[in-house]
Amino acid sequence: MREFRYERATDVGGAVSTLAAAPSGVFLAGGTNLVDLMKLGVLTPDLVVDVRRLNSDRVEELPDGGVRIGASMPNSDLAADPTIRGRYPVLSAAVLAGASGQLRNLATTGGNLLQRTRCVYFQNVTTACNKREPGSGCSAIEGYHRELAVLGHSPHCIATHPSDQAVALAALDAVVRTSGPAGERTIALADLYRLPGAEPQRDTVLEHGELITAVELPALPFAANSRYRKVRDRASYAFALVSVAAALDVADGVVRDIRVALGGVAHKPWRATRVEEELRGGPVDPERFRAAAEAELAAAQPLPGNAFKVPLARNVIVRTLLDLAGVPR
Amino acid sequence: MTITARAIGRLMDRLDGPDKVRGLARYAFEAPVEHPAYLYGLQSTVAVGRITAIDTRAATAVPGVLAVLTCRDAPRLRPVGDGELMILQSDRVAFRGQFVGGVVAETSEVARAAAALVRFEYEPGPHDVELRVDHPGLYAPEQVNGYFETDSVRGDVAAAFAGAPVRVDETYRTAWYNHNPIEPHTTVATWTDDGLFLHIGSQNVHGARQSVAELFDLDPGRVRVSSPHVGGAFGSKIRPHPDLVLAVMAARTVPGRPVRFALPRQQMFTQTGYRTPTIQRVRLGAAADGRILAFGHDVVEQTSKLKEFAEQTATPGRVMYVAANRRTTHRVTRLDLPSPDIMRAPGETPGMFALESAMDELAVALGRDPVELRVTNEPDVDPESGRPFSTRNLVGCLREGARRFGWAERDPTPRSRRDGAGWLLGTGVAACMYPVYRMPGSEAMVRLEPDGRYVVAIAAADLGTGSRTALTQIAADALAVPADRVELRLGDTTLPMATGAGGSSGITSWGSAIVEAAARLKLRLESEYAGRTPPGGLEVTAAMPENPYQQRFAMYSFGAQFAEVRVCPETGEVRVPRLLGVFAAGQIINAKTGRSQLLGGMTMGLSMALHEESRLDPRLGEVVNHDLAEYHIATNADVGSVEVHFLSEHDPYVNPMGSKGIGELGIVGTAAAIANAVHHATGVRVRHLPITLDKLLVPESAPGVDVHH
Repeated sequence: MREFRYERATDVGGAVSTLAAAPSGVFLAGGTNLVDLMKLGVLTPDLVVDVRRLNSDRVEELPDGGVRIGASMPNSDLAADPTIRGRYPVLSAAVLAGASGQLRNLATTGGNLLQRTRCVYFQNVTTACNKREPGSGCSAIEGYHRELAVLGHSPHCIATHPSDQAVALAALDAVVRTSGPAGERTIALADLYRLPGAEPQRDTVLEHGELITAVELPALPFAANSRYRKVRDRASYAFALVSVAAALDVADGVVRDIRVALGGVAHKPWRATRVEEELRGGPVDPERFRAAAEAELAAAQPLPGNAFKVPLARNVIVRTLLDLAGVPR
Repeated sequence: MTITARAIGRLMDRLDGPDKVRGLARYAFEAPVEHPAYLYGLQSTVAVGRITAIDTRAATAVPGVLAVLTCRDAPRLRPVGDGELMILQSDRVAFRGQFVGGVVAETSEVARAAAALVRFEYEPGPHDVELRVDHPGLYAPEQVNGYFETDSVRGDVAAAFAGAPVRVDETYRTAWYNHNPIEPHTTVATWTDDGLFLHIGSQNVHGARQSVAELFDLDPGRVRVSSPHVGGAFGSKIRPHPDLVLAVMAARTVPGRPVRFALPRQQMFTQTGYRTPTIQRVRLGAAADGRILAFGHDVVEQTSKLKEFAEQTATPGRVMYVAANRRTTHRVTRLDLPSPDIMRAPGETPGMFALESAMDELAVALGRDPVELRVTNEPDVDPESGRPFSTRNLVGCLREGARRFGWAERDPTPRSRRDGAGWLLGTGVAACMYPVYRMPGSEAMVRLEPDGRYVVAIAAADLGTGSRTALTQIAADALAVPADRVELRLGDTTLPMATGAGGSSGITSWGSAIVEAAARLKLRLESEYAGRTPPGGLEVTAAMPENPYQQRFAMYSFGAQFAEVRVCPETGEVRVPRLLGVFAAGQIINAKTGRSQLLGGMTMGLSMALHEESRLDPRLGEVVNHDLAEYHIATNADVGSVEVHFLSEHDPYVNPMGSKGIGELGIVGTAAAIANAVHHATGVRVRHLPITLDKLLVPESAPGVDVHH
């Protein structure tokens, strides 16, 4: 690990201005991913600004019926929060599906959103990786890519975003509040993340020095009927091969409203808008669910090592929606 | 000679348990030393080639750096048979990740940071890293690990197989597995005027001392190796690996000062051995009544260009079942990769996956129950040597397991059962076996202290298995005193010679030596001191005696493993709610730690069946999933009920305790039992481990998969 300076910020403004003045500085929240990457030499910041205690660590009710989650809230507390469990069970389940108990105790809401891909080449400085070293090439496209993207990838990068929490937040139309050198702004979670394109080194649209201060969820009463289904290579402590976050509003056999997002398939949480459009207003029907899933996945461009993700994603979308609609196997 | 079991067989808590749970048991890296320096290893970034330039200036200039080692200035080693250990001796690179240098510094952080600043340039060469069944380099080794014959042939397999009414001829593959004990390979090395002192985690301290003495041209008496506690090993600490050599070299750069070295997890995938991937063709030809007429098992596997390690994968089939016509072969090829090595039950673990999967396929082809098929083919004597078995209770294990598991209610039709959530259910069975090895050379010292207590000393190893406790029980019974009057010392070359903790031979070899020393001490006490403790105490050292029955009997443990699986029909996820094993392994010395040994083996077998696989990127010549996030080992959530049952077995021929080794038996057969259960649940036969969900989800496009529904 290269030597670095460590500073603990005392307020958001100070954290932002300190980092803005340090081109190779980084924010540190839980550190569960950052510290690993520093040990491996993937990230070599000369300044680490600790923001773990800067923001709220709780869930607040908003006047419009939504909630605001402080960026410093530990993952464990978020998953256990009674409001989240009651109104947005998909979010609680998604957080619990990630990492391990120890890591969730340390990891924060904001930091979770900004964790880096677990592509094995990104984490190995002796190999080529455009995300780590722009222009060096992508080792994964013709290499080991079982866990990597089937949707929205580019010739430069096929990384997936590893967060489970972000998939649930994408389905719930979450908004991210930030504070940066240019002031405060709100960004829809769907717009926070980028597809890799020609600049895979940029995971998000955040500017250098821009800090996530909170995540807001709009009121969505039917999200009480929501779930997160994560499929992975072992029962715990593994990243998703495919995951589905879904909420369903069904009355009299008709889908009144629906939210679906996919994890493990793209450089960002993949909001399945096509599935939603196809099914909103129509009857609960396994064949329609299947057709909608296939329509969403028609754009998939799998590679030899991850082709199984396409039928897997289709099956998990269909089964998750059927479960939410109360249709047994 | 046999001894009367009093302490033996009891559920005795492990003696080192309290120290371990309180953090007082010191592992090698925690050895209390003054003012240590730290080492970080540098690895090659090409698979084959020559180092053409080295620039250490930037690293040397880092404050706190004490030395940078490369092939230009490393100590010359005396050539030994193990080419893996000959690091930094030339500019040649033999595999990607091979150690090409090291940085010694005041702190581990400085060592690691400076290591990133050392520049190597290479002239790379073409590399050859992919094991194939038609690899042009395949050859027949002189023998395979364990001193077994490379090939065995009885009768005419081809003709008998061609004429058999029911035939199975399939190819099975097992993956590359890395050991991954929780304790990484660590060393604290100190050179002083008195010699070299090494704290390491080791399965064999005397062996490590001998290797280091040879490499560095030292009198073994000037090398001390201490290893009182080991945090897991699975075979990866039976022989020294390059990390120990690098640490000893590093310590020489700072004489008098201890050097601490712990391999990062990523480096353990290149430095500490691994289980070779295998490609295994099994042929079983049977009569309509199930009798096997022809048995063939042909194995292809890899070794490195630095040394030969030929896993004995086809050997278990030489013992398991009758067949007048039989043939087993091993072919290996040398690849530009790290050297494979011993890993828990080498040979039996991959070999029995293939054989016991094929037996299940034969049962399906015959329409016979797989338990009954095995009983039908039970031999009266060892099928290839013709020797009688000292004891063989495979049938008893199968019957008892079937009864406990509820096998009789099983409908053999695939895809015929679902649970309440709609997941497919299946059950499977496989046999397991493991040889009773004894290694010549162990000695034990037993001393009667003036206060009536006994000290027993032998340089044995306790890998976390409980051998310290089991040996205490053996010594207590050999001396006919309560266990709390015996103090057992192990894990140090200052103690009498002990052979390594390999081949599940420890209890037989060390225990027999202890029993011999105890018997001689008792004899001397009676004959010379009329049974009274002399004022200065009395001490006797004795070696493990020959076993007069060794050549008369074939000696093996056996067992039967049953598995229940649930498979999600939409995703192919496999869960194992239940494993049940019944084992006949002679006298179990400690019913508590013994159960843990089998339970741990079965869990490791589950992990092999469903999760573990070191993924080689052939372009790089490197395992790319080289950490515990990406190399998947079963988590608690993957393991359901694991039942271990012992069949009572009295074997007067194996050793004075009547015990057989149990460290490896439990992993053998588990993967086949699970694969057979997956076939029962889904109708899909997965012959290529691990059984990942994609192989069940899209059977038409995955290799090694057949669909029978």
